[in-house]
Amino acid sequence: MADKKTVRLKIQRQDSVDKPESRRWEEFNVIWLPQMNVISALMEIQKNPVTADGKKTTPVVWESVCLEEVCGACTMVINGRVRQACTALIDQIAPNGETITLAPMTKFPLVRDLQVDRARMFNDLKRVKAWISLDGSHELGAAPRQSQENQEDTYPLSRCMTCGCCLEACPQINDSSSFIGPSAISQVRLFNLHPSGKMHAAERLETLMADGGVGDCGKAQNCVEVCPKEIPLVDSIAQMSRQATKHMLFGWLLG
Amino acid sequence: MAAKQASTRSENGKVRRVIVVGGGLAGLTTVIKLCEAGVPVDLFSLVPVKRSHSVCAQGGINASVNTKGEGDSPQVHLEETVYGGDFLANQPPVKGMADAAPGIVFLLDRMGVPFNRTPEGLLDFRRFGGTLFHRTAFAGATTGQQLLYALDEQVRRYETVDVEDERGIVVPGERMVRKFEFWDFLSVVLDDSGISRGIVAQDVKTMEIRAFPGDAVCLGTGGPGMVFGRSTNSVINTGTAAGSVYRQGACYANGEFIQVHPTAIPGADKLRLISESARGEGGRVWVPRDPKEKRPGRDVPEKERDYFLEAKYPGYGNLVPRDIASRELFLKCFHEKKGVYNTKSTKNENEVYLDLTHLPKEALRKKLAGILEIYEKFVGEDPYENPMRVFPAVHYSMGGLWVDFERASNGSLVMGSPRNHATNIPGLYAAGECEYQYHGANRLGANSLLSCIWGGMVAGPALATYRNNLDKSSYDFPQALFDKAAKREQDRYTDILKMDGDENPYRLHQDLAEEMLLHCTIERHNDQLDRVVAKIDEIEQRARKVGVTDKAGFANQGAQFIRHLGNMIVLARVIAQGARNRDESRGAHYKPAFKDRNDADFLRTTLAFHKEGQGGGTSTIHYARDFDYSIAGVPIHITDAVDIGLVKPRARKYEQAGAASAAATGDIKKEDKPAAKSPAE
Ligand SMILES: Cc1cc2nc3c(=O)[nH]c(=O)nc-3n(C[C@H](O)[C@H](O)[C@H](O)COP(=O)(O)OP(=O)(O)OC[C@H]3O[C@@H](n4cnc5c(N)ncnc54)[C@H](O)[C@@H]3O)c2cc1C
Ligand code: SF4
Ligand code: SF4
Ligand code: FES
Repeated sequence: MADKKTVRLKIQRQDSVDKPESRRWEEFNVIWLPQMNVISALMEIQKNPVTADGKKTTPVVWESVCLEEVCGACTMVINGRVRQACTALIDQIAPNGETITLAPMTKFPLVRDLQVDRARMFNDLKRVKAWISLDGSHELGAAPRQSQENQEDTYPLSRCMTCGCCLEACPQINDSSSFIGPSAISQVRLFNLHPSGKMHAAERLETLMADGGVGDCGKAQNCVEVCPKEIPLVDSIAQMSRQATKHMLFGWLLG
Repeated sequence: MAAKQASTRSENGKVRRVIVVGGGLAGLTTVIKLCEAGVPVDLFSLVPVKRSHSVCAQGGINASVNTKGEGDSPQVHLEETVYGGDFLANQPPVKGMADAAPGIVFLLDRMGVPFNRTPEGLLDFRRFGGTLFHRTAFAGATTGQQLLYALDEQVRRYETVDVEDERGIVVPGERMVRKFEFWDFLSVVLDDSGISRGIVAQDVKTMEIRAFPGDAVCLGTGGPGMVFGRSTNSVINTGTAAGSVYRQGACYANGEFIQVHPTAIPGADKLRLISESARGEGGRVWVPRDPKEKRPGRDVPEKERDYFLEAKYPGYGNLVPRDIASRELFLKCFHEKKGVYNTKSTKNENEVYLDLTHLPKEALRKKLAGILEIYEKFVGEDPYENPMRVFPAVHYSMGGLWVDFERASNGSLVMGSPRNHATNIPGLYAAGECEYQYHGANRLGANSLLSCIWGGMVAGPALATYRNNLDKSSYDFPQALFDKAAKREQDRYTDILKMDGDENPYRLHQDLAEEMLLHCTIERHNDQLDRVVAKIDEIEQRARKVGVTDKAGFANQGAQFIRHLGNMIVLARVIAQGARNRDESRGAHYKPAFKDRNDADFLRTTLAFHKEGQGGGTSTIHYARDFDYSIAGVPIHITDAVDIGLVKPRARKYEQAGAASAAATGDIKKEDKPAAKSPAE
C-alpha cells in the first residue's frame, strides 16, 4: 500500500457563535478515494478525527442531506467561493493535490464550524407569501390549464433550494441592511406567474416595495453568477422591480 | 366512530395539539389534513422541512388520469401495483391510493407544482416501470423537489394562520403549525397503559432534551437506507425514529423487503440515482456483446450490443420492475462478468450502459435535465453524447412500521377511521416510507411519492378522529409523566457523552453497512445470512464500546450519531433475520436456493417485535403470527394474513405484455396460472 494519494484540507472551525475565541484553522490529510467530493473527505475525518500534525480533535460539524445538490443544505465557502460541498469534486478543485480551504458562509449567524443558521431565508418566504392560497386539499378537479411556455418559465424558478449562495455573494446583504435578497424576490416572480398565484400578486409586490425590498438591489449581478441552479435572478429582480413600479403607479386603477 | 365535538383547549386551558414528526411528503400532507380538520400541529424535523429527503425524488408520481387515451384506470393501477408487489400488500389501502391518485395530482397542480405539459396545456405523463401505460406525472426530473416545495409552502402558510377555538374565536399567540426544525425525535412518551401521550426530542443545536405533550403522534420519518451505508438515500435516512419506537414496542413489518434500484452511479459517499424515468422516456440498457470490448460505448455498433432486458422481457423491456431489472444486471455483471470493460482497470466493471443518446436532445433537456446534470456533474461525461454507466444501489424500504387499516364495503378504506395508519402503540401513527403498507414485496416506480401523500391524506383524518375521541387530553396528564420520559432520554444521552471505548462509531457503521450491502441485497443465501446475523450480534456488542468523538455541549453531531447507530443496528437485525426466515423468493427478496414464490407458507406479513438483550446479551426479535392492540379502548385482533380480496394472486410474468393487469389486455385471462409451490419450474 505504498504512496497512497491524500487530500489536504484546511478548515475554519469555531465551537459556537458565542465563542469567537475558539475560531481556528485546522488542517487534515485524508486518503483519496475515487469519485471523492468534499463531503466524503469530511466523512473520512469523522472516522479518524486527527489533524495533519497528529492532534486529536472533534469531527467537523457541517450540514448535508441529499448529496446531489438538490436540498441546499451543504452550502459553504470552498476555496473562497460559495457553493455546495456535495458537488465539489476533489479531482476538480484540487487536481494536483492542492490544499482545499473550507469555511462557513459569512452572511448568516454561525452555528458551529461549517454550519450556519439560514432561518431568515425561510422567514422571508413567509414575508412574501410564497404560496398559492389554496381553498383546501379536497377534490376540486383539475387546475387551470397552463401552456408549455409558462411551465418552461416557472420550472427553473421553482428549483431554488434556499441554499443561500446568492445571499452570501450579494454585496447588499450585510449587517446594516434589511434587504430581502434575490432568492425571495425570484420566488415572488414564480408565484405571480401561476394562474391562481397571480390573484395575490399585489400583496407580494407590496412586500417588495417596502423597506428591504427590491429597491435595495444594487444590480451587482453577483447573485446570478453563484446560483447553482442557474436561476435567472437578475431577470427576476428587473421584472419584479418593473411590476412593483407599475403596481405603485397604477395598482389602484388596475384593481 | 362518530367524531365528537372536540374542544380546542384541554381542561387546564392549553391548546391541544397533535405532533407530526417528519416534514417529507407524508408528514407535510398529514399536517395539511390536520389543519384543515381544525387540529393544531407541532411539526418536528431533523432538518429544515424544505431539505427533507423527498427533495431527491426525480422521476414522478403515478396517477391513472389516462390523458393519452390508453385505457388506463385506477383499477389497472391497483392491479399493477399489487402484481408488481408480488401480492404481499394488503389490497384495500392500495385500492384507496389508486382511486385517489388522479385527484392528488390535480391537487398538486393546483398548489403550483410546475408539472410538464402537453401542447394542449394538460398534464403530461410518462412511462415508468411495471406498466405499459403513461401514468407518471412529472416536473422535469426533479419531481420530488417540486412536490415537497408545494406542500412545504402550504404548511408555511399554516404557520401564519391563527388557532381558533370551537366557537371560531382566535386563541391569541397560537398558530396552526409550530415548526421545530433541527430537532431529533428520541422516543414517544408512554403512559402507564402504554398509550402514546407525546414525544421526547432533542434540539440538535443546543442539545436540549425536552418532552412535548401531543394528543396523538404521527411519524413521517422516511426510510432506513443508511443501514446499507452508501445508497441512493440522503444521509439523514438512518431510520432512527422508526427504530426507536420499534424498541418501544411498535411492530415492524416486512423489514426484509429492501428495494435495490438498477440504475445508479457509483460515488465515494453516495450512489446517485439515475431515475427510471430515463428508461420511461426511451432509455435502453445494454452491454457490449464482446466482454472485452474496448471502444467507448458510443462507438460500439448497434449489432454488437446486447440489449439484455429487451431480449428477455419483450413485453415490458427496459421497464420491468426494479427487482427484476436489478437481478438481471447483477447476473450480467457479477455472475457472467459481462459488465462494461474498463481499459484503465483492465477488468469488467460492475456497470452496464444506460443509453439515451438515440433520443432527441431537446426533449431530453425538457424532461430529464435534472438527472442528466447529476450524471454530468459527478461522472464528468456528457450523457447526451455518451451512454451512461450505471449499477444497482439500495434505494427504498418496502418494509416499515406496521400500520392498520379499516376496510370499507367497497374494498377500499373507511376514511377517517382511527385505525388507518395506526401502529400498535395506541396514539402513535405512521405514514410514508417509514411504514410498510402499500408496496408489498416490491414497489413500482413513482408509487412512493403517491403513497406518501395518500398516506398523509389518510393519516391526517385518522389522527383527528382519534384525538377528538380521547377521554383525556395529553395536556391534562401530570407533568411528572413528561419529566420522567425526558429524564430517561437525558440519562441515556449523558451516558453516550461518557462513552470512551476505542471503537469509532463511523467505522463501526461502515462495517455494518458493508455486511448488509454484500449479503442482504439482490441475492440472499441462508449461510451468508446466518453470518450477517452473527456479525450484527458482534457489532451490537462493539457498539457498547464506542468512544464518543465529540463531548461538546453544542451542535454535537458525534453523540447524535451514536444514538442513530444504535437504532440502525436494531433495524439491520430486523432486515437480516427477516430475510433469513423467509425461505422463498418474492419481489425484491430473492433466494437462489428457493427460487419460487411460496404462497402456502409465505403469503403473509412478517411481524417483528423487539426484545431487548438481557444481562449483557444482544437483542432478539420475536416474530408474531398474530397480536392484539387497542384503539380508544376497543381491542383489535391482527393476524399476518394478507388481504387479497380484490386481486387474486397469480404468477408474475413480465416476459409478456399486459401481464400485470387483467384489465390491461383482453386475452390475458388464458395465461393466468396460480403461483407454483413446487421448488422447480
Ligand atoms: C434518489 C431518489 C429518487 C426517488 N425518486 C422517486 C420518484 O421519482 N418517484 C417516487 O414515487 N418515489 C421516488 N423515490 C422515493 C421517495 O422519494 C421516498 O420514498 C419518499 O420521498 C419518502 O418520503 P417521506 O415523506 O416518507 O419521508 P422523507 O422525505 O424521507 O422525510 C422524512 C422526514 O422525517 C424527518 N426525520 C427523520 N428522522 C427524524 C428524527 N429522528 N427526528 C425528527 N425528524 C426526523 C426528516 O427531517 C424529514 O423531514 C426516490 C427516492 C430516492 C432516494
Ligand atoms: S444583483 Fe442585486 S441581488 Fe444580485 S447580487 Fe447584486 S445587489 Fe445582490
Ligand atoms: S436563488 Fe439560487 S443561489 Fe439563491 S438560494 Fe436559490 S438556488 Fe441558492
Ligand atoms: S447535500 Fe444537498 S445540496 Fe449538498
